Amino acid sequence: MASNHGHSAGGQPQVENYANAHHIVPAALLTKILLALVALTVLTVVTAKFVHLGALAVPVAFGIALVKALMVMGYFMGLKYDTKGNRIIFATGFMGLALLFFFCALDTFSRVLQSNTLF
Amino acid sequence: MASNTHAPTDHKHHYAHHFRNADHEFVSSKEGIWLFMVTEILMFGGLFVGYFMFAMVYPEMFHAGATFLDWRMGAFNTCVLLLSSWTMAMAINSIQTGKNSAATKHLIVTLICGAIFMVVKYFEYTHKIHEGLLPGRFFSYDLAAHPELAHITNLGMYFGFYFSMTGLHGTHVLIGMALITWVLIRNLRGEFDPHYYTAVEGVGIFWHIVDLIWIFLFPLLYLVG
Repeated sequence: MASNHGHSAGGQPQVENYANAHHIVPAALLTKILLALVALTVLTVVTAKFVHLGALAVPVAFGIALVKALMVMGYFMGLKYDTKGNRIIFATGFMGLALLFFFCALDTFSRVLQSNTLF
Repeated sequence: MASNTHAPTDHKHHYAHHFRNADHEFVSSKEGIWLFMVTEILMFGGLFVGYFMFAMVYPEMFHAGATFLDWRMGAFNTCVLLLSSWTMAMAINSIQTGKNSAATKHLIVTLICGAIFMVVKYFEYTHKIHEGLLPGRFFSYDLAAHPELAHITNLGMYFGFYFSMTGLHGTHVLIGMALITWVLIRNLRGEFDPHYYTAVEGVGIFWHIVDLIWIFLFPLLYLVG
């Protein structure tokens, strides 16, 4: 719950009291996240450089990167405890990126070789 | 400033008059930072999409380019940035719990990590510049030493992406270090307390996005190519 609406005394208009604006992420949790992030970094190096995964190498590397990114966003950047509004704002960036990727890929992979009949 | 804008606490920061209270100012400022972060995602995102498209059209050339990068340096720098993100988060945790001197130490370690990252980057860059592994028409590396790469052309494109992406990222590290120095000085002046630390929170989110982008740059450039 990001912000609670409540009535102040004397029939004043509704004010927001931002109940959870200053959430404190516990230090022990932050340390656990750091250790998990370093462990995942080791895992991504091992899977990319010492194990031959073939076609799976790219999805595995970016899958691990995605998990790491979600941990950084959720706990270090505190989005897990932030307002729904801020989570939506940040998500719009990735939605825009997905659109850009989609139309670039559509163009790049739908082209056919053409020979000009005029020359 | 009128006395009725004072928050019911003894801290020194007075919120601007167009806010209802100090928390309103804090959440509004933070929302602004998140909007700024969206522009960061879109700016780096354009480079990522460009990389993906060209890497799919010229997979061999991008793979060959990645073999010139030292994954050990990339992995080391990844850990340095992760550690710096932790110290940044710990600095905010310290201020929130009233431990300002602990926050100072965490911010200094964050700065040192940023500096270490840039020193490693300096060694990587000078090595590549010396070898002629440069963007586009500046590419002057002698591929004759690598007969297995004889069929690779336009390797300069890979290094165009390499230098633009890591260069833009490195610029963010330097700007982040300047911002951390700013909040460090303000913290030493005793301007922050558990009720007011908006600048540290905003700089923290910026520093974490630098880490976030590197989390994707590292596998993209150093590992899979």
